[in-house]
Amino acid sequence: MMDEEELVEYFRAQLREDPDIASAVAAIRTLLEFLKRDKGETILGLRESLKWATACLTGVDSSVAVSSGGELFLRFITLTSLEHQDLSRCKKMMEERGELFLEKISMSRSKVAKLCHTFIKDGAKILTHSYSRVVLRVLEKAAAEKKRFSVYVTESQPDSAGRQMAEALRKLNVPVTVVLDAAVGYVLEKVDLVIIGAEGVVESGGIINKIGTYQMALCSKTHNKPFYVVAESFKFVRLYPLNQQDVPDKFKYKADTLKTVQNLSEEHPIIDYTPPSLITLLFTDLGVLTPSAVSDELIKLYL
Amino acid sequence: MADSGVTDEPVSKEEIERAKSEGKELTKEEKQRLRKEKKHHKKNKEKKDDKASQESEKEKKPVSTDAPVSQPPSQPTTQKAPSPVPTPAPVPVPASEAAVAADKPAKSKAELKAERRARQEAERSSKQGKKGDVGQPAPTSKPKAPPSELQPVVKRLPEHIQADNPDVLRKLAKKLERQQIPLRSDYGYKVSLFSHLHQYSRKAPLTQLLSIPSTVIHPAIVRLGLQYSQGIVAGSNARSVALLHAFKQVIMDYTTPPKEELSRDLVNKLKPYISFLNQCRPLSASMGNAIKYIKKEISYISSQDKEKEAKTKLLNCIESYISDKIIIAAIAIAKYSIEKISEGDVILVYGCSSLVNHILCEAFEKGIKFHVIVVDSRPRLEGREALRRLVKKGISCTYVLISAVSYILPEVSKVFLGAHALLANGYVMSRVGTSQIALVAKAFNVPVLVCCETYKFCERVQTDSFVSNELDDPDDLIVTRKGKTQLEDWQQVKSLGLLNLVYDVTPPDFVDLVITELGMIPCTSVPVVLRVKNVDQ
Repeated sequence: MMDEEELVEYFRAQLREDPDIASAVAAIRTLLEFLKRDKGETILGLRESLKWATACLTGVDSSVAVSSGGELFLRFITLTSLEHQDLSRCKKMMEERGELFLEKISMSRSKVAKLCHTFIKDGAKILTHSYSRVVLRVLEKAAAEKKRFSVYVTESQPDSAGRQMAEALRKLNVPVTVVLDAAVGYVLEKVDLVIIGAEGVVESGGIINKIGTYQMALCSKTHNKPFYVVAESFKFVRLYPLNQQDVPDKFKYKADTLKTVQNLSEEHPIIDYTPPSLITLLFTDLGVLTPSAVSDELIKLYL
Repeated sequence: MADSGVTDEPVSKEEIERAKSEGKELTKEEKQRLRKEKKHHKKNKEKKDDKASQESEKEKKPVSTDAPVSQPPSQPTTQKAPSPVPTPAPVPVPASEAAVAADKPAKSKAELKAERRARQEAERSSKQGKKGDVGQPAPTSKPKAPPSELQPVVKRLPEHIQADNPDVLRKLAKKLERQQIPLRSDYGYKVSLFSHLHQYSRKAPLTQLLSIPSTVIHPAIVRLGLQYSQGIVAGSNARSVALLHAFKQVIMDYTTPPKEELSRDLVNKLKPYISFLNQCRPLSASMGNAIKYIKKEISYISSQDKEKEAKTKLLNCIESYISDKIIIAAIAIAKYSIEKISEGDVILVYGCSSLVNHILCEAFEKGIKFHVIVVDSRPRLEGREALRRLVKKGISCTYVLISAVSYILPEVSKVFLGAHALLANGYVMSRVGTSQIALVAKAFNVPVLVCCETYKFCERVQTDSFVSNELDDPDDLIVTRKGKTQLEDWQQVKSLGLLNLVYDVTPPDFVDLVITELGMIPCTSVPVVLRVKNVDQ
């Protein structure tokens, strides 16, 4: 039976070993390990402890993806809980399903890349925001297909994650320019399309992503440039924000900030919400979706 | 049959031309028609009503030849001889009936056949002078309503929105006569854009034309009809619940006549009631769904059940429908909505929606501090009722008329609207004025939330408020101020028309969120919910 410290340590170890995997995947691996070591006697108790484990993990990494990944994992494995009477057989089924789920989502990034790279034409100029591993994968695939394109990346303060993205792209021999966050409107007339990742995809079809995304979406709408979002399906979350204020505080700030700071109004949020009306298409491992189809998929996943 | 052969040819030719120019859809109907004709042939040979049916054929002929005659002008294509498509054998009675019956491809074949047979029997027996106790299918369930023979191209036009079509009116009059229900006549000059809708006067309720006590209609239904037409029971939830309670009364007082099956006879008894209620006030989408549910439940009653058990079963079904779809749904919707109401919110509501009032009262009880702005409009002034209910609870409210809505919107943080029905393409049908509020809210970037139970979801599709609407009494717009009554003599002025619309339709772009008991969904996901519901059933 894993206690909180072991759980957190395992999670961090996962992230350390493979810096390329999504945090949600690491969380799910941790939950699977937790399930294997769990000594509970009842299904209900198992569910409760899994929920507790997810809560612990969101305490470490407050991103939307971790909580949505955890919830989806729980749904996926508990679909079998009513079939078997024997608890140990049930647990074995759950573990198998958990492994299956993990396998499926590990493939999701390459599925997304396969779908998206065809939208990048030869000679395209792409704008992207901050550091996203999915977008990197898409651009890798496009480069591997011998397409010539150039990339503009925003610096993305306060953590300058955009520079990390620029470094990674330089390694792929893709011509890349780092621009200021304030220069998005300026650079958009040169750009052909905008591709960004997402930390979470909400029920309305909108996305939650690093702060500055909403701005970029508004500008591209005005310039009539296509705004594409690439996200894996485990990032679909059962939230429905109406506007920026409606996004729950636990996602807006980093986990350590939430724990230490008293007055949140002095802190600056690190994510924002982009409504579905500004998004052209979403590329997911379930296919290429319009924002209104996201709700359809969510209903299929959750109901 | 021989003499009908000559007149049959042009009829069948026209129909085949029509079939070709309308594409594949009709070929299936033609096949159905052929099959029906063959069956009818067999029946005619077996039974001895040959002559009677020939008589009815001849009567129908003038009606049906009207139909194809009007077709050629609208179909300039193909005047070729009938192609390899099998020339239908001499077309007897089904010629006209086929046009009517074939216009419902959506229904299952079994249902279509049963209806066709029932209709054939009815028409045959009524032509023979017997009292038809099998009425035509109720006009109210919109997908079932047969369009007039003049318009087979338009397949789903319900009767109540063809008030300017004399053929439809004639058919309606005949049907009501058979069901012994008085026909309500239109009142006053109708604005030309809406001349296809009925416009009745409240001063002439249908019940004045009925004899007391009415032998055909149950007194609970008479009372209900009067309550509807006078506006005593208003609001879609209230009307549906009142309807279901009245039906419970009807079922309790019902006894199966000898040699009849409860499942079929009760449905037939309900049909004239539904026509009557429709004449009093056109049925709403929620009422339509409730009626469909009841009819389905009645048809599930097996003949094995004793009458008492069957009746208790039906009563329980109705009770559970009311409790699940209306009462518990309201509780679930309130739970989801309360998540969206935060401290210090200023919420705008329009008119009087029982659901929205319930949500606000629940939120207030939970201790959330918010302020409500009630927007109202003439002539119904329903906002006053909402205001009364909210103030009684202790919620702080502001009251404005709809003309001030752009003035007050900068202060508003959210708009909560109720809905009369949610259409399959995501459009929201609600009280007139709702789409105006949604439009202005969108312009001010204020989120618009619509609260609606799933039993109001309707498979109809509508993009404008003209096609299907309701016209209320135009005399409601006459107002007396300072002793002077303007518009009192509006009927004298030839060029003046008073328009009192009841509903309007809001496009999904203006609505940010729909809250149902299944959860929060975007407006575009309504067909998904309909699909999931159909799978469940």
